[in-house]
Amino acid sequence: MADRLLDVRDLRVEFKTLEGTVHAVNGVSFSVEPGRTLGIVGESGCGKSVSVLSVMRLIPQPPGRILSGQVQFDGRDLLSLSPAEMQQVRGKDLSMIFQDPMTSLNPVLTIGRQIGETMRVHKGLDEKQARQAAIELLDQVGIPNPSMRLDDYPHHFSGGMRQRVMIAMALSCSPKLLIADEPTTALDVTIQVQILDLVKELRDRLDMAVIWISHDLAVIAEIADRVAVMYSGYLVEEADVFELYRQPLHPYTLALLHSLPRLDTGELDKLAAIPGSPPDTTRLPAGCPFAPRCTCAIPRCRNENPPLAEVAPDHRAACWLDVLSGGAR
Amino acid sequence: MSEPSALISVRNLKKYFPVTRGILLQRQVGAVKAVDDVSFDILRGETLGLVGESGCGKTTAGRTILQLYRPTSGSVRFNDVELTRQSRSALRELRADMQIIFQDPYASLNPRWTIARIVGEPLRVHHIGTAQQQRHRVEQLLDLVNLEKSFVNRYPHELSGGQRQRVGIARALASNPQFIVCDEPITALDVSIQAQVVNLLEALQDQLQLTYLFIAHDLSMVRHLCDRVAVMYLGSLVELAPRQPLYTNPLHPYTKALMAAVPLPDPVKTRARQRVHLQGELRSLTDLPSGCRFHPRCPLADAECRQATPKWQEVQPGHWAACHKACSQ
Repeated sequence: MADRLLDVRDLRVEFKTLEGTVHAVNGVSFSVEPGRTLGIVGESGCGKSVSVLSVMRLIPQPPGRILSGQVQFDGRDLLSLSPAEMQQVRGKDLSMIFQDPMTSLNPVLTIGRQIGETMRVHKGLDEKQARQAAIELLDQVGIPNPSMRLDDYPHHFSGGMRQRVMIAMALSCSPKLLIADEPTTALDVTIQVQILDLVKELRDRLDMAVIWISHDLAVIAEIADRVAVMYSGYLVEEADVFELYRQPLHPYTLALLHSLPRLDTGELDKLAAIPGSPPDTTRLPAGCPFAPRCTCAIPRCRNENPPLAEVAPDHRAACWLDVLSGGAR
Repeated sequence: MSEPSALISVRNLKKYFPVTRGILLQRQVGAVKAVDDVSFDILRGETLGLVGESGCGKTTAGRTILQLYRPTSGSVRFNDVELTRQSRSALRELRADMQIIFQDPYASLNPRWTIARIVGEPLRVHHIGTAQQQRHRVEQLLDLVNLEKSFVNRYPHELSGGQRQRVGIARALASNPQFIVCDEPITALDVSIQAQVVNLLEALQDQLQLTYLFIAHDLSMVRHLCDRVAVMYLGSLVELAPRQPLYTNPLHPYTKALMAAVPLPDPVKTRARQRVHLQGELRSLTDLPSGCRFHPRCPLADAECRQATPKWQEVQPGHWAACHKACSQ
C-alpha cells in the first residue's frame, strides 16, 4: 500500500456532446506500484482510454470535463497541477504510447529529431548529445543500424518499427510510469510478440511501472501483474492476473472469457456469446450497467448499481451476486 | 458417403497490380504480386479459412476468386464454370450465387439508404420477385439474421457495429447464394459481439447449406469456425490442411511461428510457452526475396531455401505445404 507510484481515486469524466452527456468514466479507482504492470481491459467505449488520458491530463476540455477524483503520482496530485507544471511531468516521469504509431509521429520530422525533442526539453541536452542519446535508445528498442536510421522519416518504417520508435521516444527520459494504450492492436501477431517481449524486458531492466490497455484478454494475460476490467465507465473487477483468470468473480469477466474461441482447449460446438450490446453511455441504466445482458441478474441488479467490493482476498468485484454459488452476497 | 466435391477450384491464380511512375507518360516499373500462383479447392458445404498477416494478399485472393478483380492469369472454376472467361454481364448473373461480406460494417453500407433498400438491392439487381415479394423477402432476411422487422426504415448510423454486420450478412444472403466470401467479418467488432456474429454465420451455414471462404487473421477464431485452413505468406500459400492436423501438427515454420505468437487468455499457459521469434518483418510484395519467400525470417533456412522456390505439394493426404524442410522430413 505504501509504495504506490500512481494512485487514482474516484475518477469521474464526462463529455458534453450533441447527443447528450457521455458518462465516460464513473468513479474509477486504481493504483500501480513501481516495476509492476496494471492491465486495463474492456471493450471500445468502456472508458479505459479516457481514464489514462485523464491521468496524463490530455482530455480536451471542453467537451471533456473531469468531475472529480484524485490522481496521486509520485507524491503529487496531478489534477491540481498547473499546465506548466504538468508539462514538466508529462514526457519525463510519465510517458505514453498510442495505438497508431503512424498518426502519433510527426510525418515531416526525422525520427532522430522527434526522439531528441523530449530530451532537449526535459534534460537540457544540446543537439549533439540528444543525437547520441537517440542512437542509444533506438539500439535499446531493437532497431538495426540506429545511427543510419536516425535521419529517416516515419514513413520509412514499418508498423512494428514505428511502434519501437514510439517506445524509444517514451523511454527517452527514463519514465517511472509508461502508459501503453493498445500499442499492439494495429500490429500483426508475430510483431505483437516482439513488442510485448520488448516492453517486458525494458520494464524489468529499468524498474518502470506500466499501465497496459487492451481489449484483448489474451494480451493482458501475457503482460499484466494486476488486471482491472472496465465496463461502460465502471471498474467491475480487479485482481491479481493469475487469480482473475483462474476464478473470475464478475459475470461480465466470466462471460467474456467463455465467449472466446481458444487455441488451448478442446473445440466447442458453439461459442457462448453474450447477448445484446453495451449500454449507451449517454443513458446509463439505473442499476448495474451489465444487468441487461447478465444471465444471472436479480431484480436488485436493475435498481441498484453494486459498488466495487472485496469479494475474496485481494480480489474486488462489483456484483450483488456470488457467481460461484449463484446466490446473492 | 461420397467425398465432398469441389465447389470452387482455384488453379495457379495470379493477381499483379502494376506499379507505375510518371504522370503523363506512365510506365510500369514493377508489380505488386498480391496473389502469386495460388492453387486450392473449396469443397461444397465447408468453411475454408484463409489466414495470414496484413498485406499477405488474402483479401485480394478472395476478391480475385469472385472476379471483383480480374486475375492476371490462372483459373477459377465455380460449379465447373470457368469464371475468368466470363463477360461482365455473365458474371453479374453468376454473382447471385457468390456473395461477399466485408470487414468494415461502417464503410460497406450506403449511409443514405434505408436498411430495406440495402438488403433488397441484390433482389432488384437480379430481378428476383415482384416489388411486394421483395419487401416480404427483406423482412424474412432480417428475421434470419435476428434483426427486428422495424429496422427496415432505419439508416446505418442508427445501428451498432454488430447490427450493421448483420445487415451486411442479410444483403449477402438475399440472392440465395451457394458461396460467400467472409472477408474478416468480425475484426471490426467488439469482443463481446464477435461470438454473436460467428454463431450466426454457423447457424446460417447449417440452415442454408452455404460454403464459406473465411478470411481472417485470428487463428483462434479460424480454428473454431473452419473445416480446413490455408495459410498465406507474401502472396502465396505456405500450408493447407484440415483443421485438426494443421493445429496439432503444423509443418511449415511460418505456421508454427504464427501459432506460437498467438497469446492465450490464460496467464499460466501463455507464459509457459516457448517463444519463436521471427527475424525481421514482412517484406513488401514489390520486392520479393529469392527462393522461398519466407527464408529471410525462417529459423531453418539454408542455401537451398535462398535459391529454389519450394514446390506446393501434398505432404500427407490432404495436407499441403510449400517448404524444402518440412517436405523432406
